[in-house]
Amino acid sequence: MSAERKSRIADVIDHHEKDLLAAWVDRQLQSVTSRRDLINEADLREQARAFLRALRDAMASGNDDIHTGAPWANTRELLGSISTTRARLGFTPSETATFVFSLKEPLFALLRQQLGTDARATADETWTATMILDRLGLYTTEVYQKGREEVIVRQQQDMLELSTPVVQLWDGILGLPLIGTLDSARTQVVMESLLQRIVDTGARIAIIDITGVPTVDTLVAQHLLKTVAAARLMGADCIISGIRPQIAQTVVHLGLDLATVVTKATLADAFAVALQRTGLAVVRTTPTR
Amino acid sequence: MERIPILKMGPVLLVSIQVDMHDQLALTLQDDLTDRIVKTRARGVLIDISSLEVVDSFIGRMLGNIAAMSRVLDAETVVVGMRPAVAITLVELGMSLSGVRTALNVERAMEMLPGANGDAVAAPGEGTDGRRPD
Repeated sequence: MSAERKSRIADVIDHHEKDLLAAWVDRQLQSVTSRRDLINEADLREQARAFLRALRDAMASGNDDIHTGAPWANTRELLGSISTTRARLGFTPSETATFVFSLKEPLFALLRQQLGTDARATADETWTATMILDRLGLYTTEVYQKGREEVIVRQQQDMLELSTPVVQLWDGILGLPLIGTLDSARTQVVMESLLQRIVDTGARIAIIDITGVPTVDTLVAQHLLKTVAAARLMGADCIISGIRPQIAQTVVHLGLDLATVVTKATLADAFAVALQRTGLAVVRTTPTR
Repeated sequence: MERIPILKMGPVLLVSIQVDMHDQLALTLQDDLTDRIVKTRARGVLIDISSLEVVDSFIGRMLGNIAAMSRVLDAETVVVGMRPAVAITLVELGMSLSGVRTALNVERAMEMLPGANGDAVAAPGEGTDGRRPD
């Protein structure tokens, strides 16, 4: 494919930009995937115009390496931002890719009209255009996917931080209600936030409540014991509470040794122990009714 | 020669580690400390490591050794002021210092040690465990 041929597409786009743009935007607005609830016509027209310009400049260079070619840098950046925005707005991948693919019909029509008499040239140009547009369309999907993955990673991190609150139950007593499975990444976060709170509050006792931990296997138990050991090094004692009957059975069946830690069935029991150790007591102020 | 100072506060010896530990320094500290425990008849040893930002298994073992030595000489060791990051590192290294007592700060540690509050002799009921009277 010669550079001269490619520049004809660029010329065609250049000379008939207005018509092409109008036809393309119409086409997009008519299609089922236009999602006019998510993006308005003015924005769409603006995106289309910018994309056509970038495409024209890149095509004029005769370079067809859309992934790394320098002339395509503008196009890539533009498509990248369009895809990420659309991913965030809630477009599906096909709706996003349709933005590029829908250009084919008006562009091919234009090419046929301009090169009509020269069948061979029309076929060649159509092939070039379809190849480039296909690649660009796939590129949009790739970027879309990447944008989505970033969102997922961020949410995972948020969840990690949200799911490990350290609460102060009383002066010198911290509570750590664990929800969800305990893997090593989470243990790290749990440990760090617990130890930091011990320093901040000067707590002597920390109650780790595992009511919300679905299963306890050897690994989870090891993570729990590590947390307990680290807290002890900081001068705070740990009590593990919220051990459900099934978990008690599993622990014994697995032969796990929790003898070094005080364990209680409920948080209330653990709290009572903590109060007792800090020399406090809960007293009824009114007689029993 | 570089030395780590050992301060005497009543029946308690206070050691504050503020420099990077290396083999020779650790050996010197062990020598000095055991000497001082015997000379002053100390009942407790406080090791303040709140300035330590980095620990390795060597320091972990050294703390364990000091605690064991002091116990032989009938003085209780309390490691004080460990930073969260240091605690996590030690646990990850598999050293939970099970023979050593720990406290968040020096104040707490003083409460834990017997006779550290200036009590002349152990409270009633104590003193029959073979400990020498102060």
